[in-house]
Amino acid sequence: MLTKEQCFEQLLLGKAVKADGWLESIRVEALESAKALNFPSERHDDWRFTDLSPLFQHGFQPVTSFVRLTLADIENYLIPGSTRLVFVDGCFDAGLSDLAQAGAGVTVKSLVECFGDPQVEAQFARNLSFKQDAFAALNTHFFEDGAFVHVSSENVTGEAVAPIHVLHVATKRETPSAIYHRCLVVMESNSRATVVEDYAGLNGGIYFSNAVTEVVLKDHAQLQHVRVQREEKSAFHIGHCSVKSGRGSVYAATSLAFGARVSRHTQHVMQLGEGAEIRLNGLALIAGRQIADTHTRIDHAVPGGKSVQLHKCIADGAAHAVFSGKVIVHPGAKGTDSAQSSRNLLLSGKARIDTQPQLEIFNDDVSCKHGATVGQIDADALFFLKSRGLSEERARNLLTHAFAGEIIARIPVPSLVESLSRAILEERMKENA
Amino acid sequence: MINKGGKVLLEVKNLKAEVDGVEILKGVDLTVRAGEVHAIMGVNGSGKSTFSKVLAGHPDYTVTGGTATFEGKELFSLAAEERARAGLFLAFQYPVEIPGVSNSALLRLAYNTLQNERGLEELDPLEFEDLVHEKIKVVEMDPSFLDRSVNEGFSGGEKKRNEILQMAILEPKLAILDETDSGLDIDALRIVANGVNSLLTADNAVVMVTHYQRLLNYIVPDYVHVMDAGRIVRTGGKELALELEARGYDWVRAAA
Ligand SMILES: Nc1ncnc2c1ncn2[C@@H]1O[C@H](COP(=O)(O)OP(=O)(O)O)[C@@H](O)[C@H]1O
Ligand SMILES: [Mg+2]
Repeated sequence: MLTKEQCFEQLLLGKAVKADGWLESIRVEALESAKALNFPSERHDDWRFTDLSPLFQHGFQPVTSFVRLTLADIENYLIPGSTRLVFVDGCFDAGLSDLAQAGAGVTVKSLVECFGDPQVEAQFARNLSFKQDAFAALNTHFFEDGAFVHVSSENVTGEAVAPIHVLHVATKRETPSAIYHRCLVVMESNSRATVVEDYAGLNGGIYFSNAVTEVVLKDHAQLQHVRVQREEKSAFHIGHCSVKSGRGSVYAATSLAFGARVSRHTQHVMQLGEGAEIRLNGLALIAGRQIADTHTRIDHAVPGGKSVQLHKCIADGAAHAVFSGKVIVHPGAKGTDSAQSSRNLLLSGKARIDTQPQLEIFNDDVSCKHGATVGQIDADALFFLKSRGLSEERARNLLTHAFAGEIIARIPVPSLVESLSRAILEERMKENA
Repeated sequence: MINKGGKVLLEVKNLKAEVDGVEILKGVDLTVRAGEVHAIMGVNGSGKSTFSKVLAGHPDYTVTGGTATFEGKELFSLAAEERARAGLFLAFQYPVEIPGVSNSALLRLAYNTLQNERGLEELDPLEFEDLVHEKIKVVEMDPSFLDRSVNEGFSGGEKKRNEILQMAILEPKLAILDETDSGLDIDALRIVANGVNSLLTADNAVVMVTHYQRLLNYIVPDYVHVMDAGRIVRTGGKELALELEARGYDWVRAAA
């Protein structure tokens, strides 16, 4: 068992791929940031609810060998008809990927193929605060590859275009592994797309997924951004997503956390163009000793912005869910319309949910609402279902699933909605069996 | 049909029950045989719903005395779901709304649970759809209600019809209908009553809880019981309901 310091030292032993020019200078800078920041302390305001000590116990090794998987290994995760990029332990697997569906004006590639692209140089690691976060800094230094999605203005009919599925799978290794995921999405003016980021593990195993995603929406672009974190229950997942939204753009995100022993998702959306609309839907559904933390921040920096957020936590067993959602309305952001709601379901007396919706308003011409509720399974609904013959277990699962379903149903990919719904019902059955 | 020699489905003796330490049922006796139709009438607050929910196994109520058997089995030793699987059904006075659970999914889950219990084949979604479209005619309900969340946004009358649809699917041996008539307009009342009548056989029975005589014009009871302050204080034939309608409840309560 390692100490926190040893765990950090071990991560620094990872091998960074040598890069040229602009990328190399970012990497060097990122390593300096990582060393200067180190892991957050337990007293750090953004981390104080989240016990990272299970993560610190392991020495995570860089992945040096490539595991060859077949489509059969990942068939549970496939989304029919999608454009698919597959990464195995952070390495791009062209054989498992399927880029045939990408329409005109849509670029979906592995990032290493695109470092010469001026779009990548202009946006990569530019809007991400790796100077404030050691995990993002480590990722920026050590990542090997990632996904690059570019949707040009040619593509203005996004609805008809296949969803873009970026699937990350982690394999089971003999020693715990450190895996870095990276994703850059650039949406040109008026473009539309649906991107699904999917993090999964195969056959158990202890690994540390460190994921960083950057999204840029230019004027009037529309992105449906789905994030599914379904890592192995023995794994660790720390993800960052930073979004810049331009004038009149629509960013609609649905982020789900089901897996990992300890997980954290930090999402930061900056409204930089007038009249941009931001929709954040979130769900954490955990049990056992799982910890799932979601930290979101929306900055309304210019006038006419709209944000709507609904986050749900469901905690069973001795699980601990954390939600912190900040909405900041800056002095110039007149006419901002923001609504945030945190709804939570405690399924056991030992589970715990901490929720902190926070509004910071520096201007009076705004309409902002926020609220939080924590409840339990409705006793009358439970009795009704039992009076129709359902077992206590079944009835509870059905009601839990119904509570989660409101978020899952917002995923604009029907086959994913269906497979996740089924997985949740079955998984819960299994856990309770 | 009065069925003196018929099989006893439910036998309740001197049942006492309380909620939050307050005794509500103070010694209820009732025997229901296969083929019979019973009505329990009484003023608001007399304990009719409490009696229904105690029989169905609602956790808010504590049985403090007496016995109840269902087809000879000790009712109070069974969990609520086991009572349902044994063939006891309660149509609720106030059906709950369950956002996010589709009506058809619930019906199928409940139906298959019972099929399992009876050692019969479960139905897959397609087969079940055929069954449910047949049964929904019993309550003349629009099939679009099947795709909606259970009772969510349903009118009072639609909720009551939905309860009877569940009864039609589950085919209980004993159905207790708690004020299924309240909130129904005259057309809906006729439809629901016809539905219930069409489900009655010589092998099952129904107990209707109501405080109006109206429903009993459509579903004619063999026995009418008057409940007052947690007891059944009078039992008669269908003419008792008419008398109550004409004279009110005070004379029965005074006589009790
Ligand atoms: N869950 C409960 N908590 C407290 N009091 C209750 C509860 N259920 C019923 N009661 C009380 O028991 C009495 C009988 O109620 P109920 O059975 O609903 O009567 P009815 O159905 O005949 O109108 C009433 O005084 C009511 O207030
Ligand atoms: Mg009542």
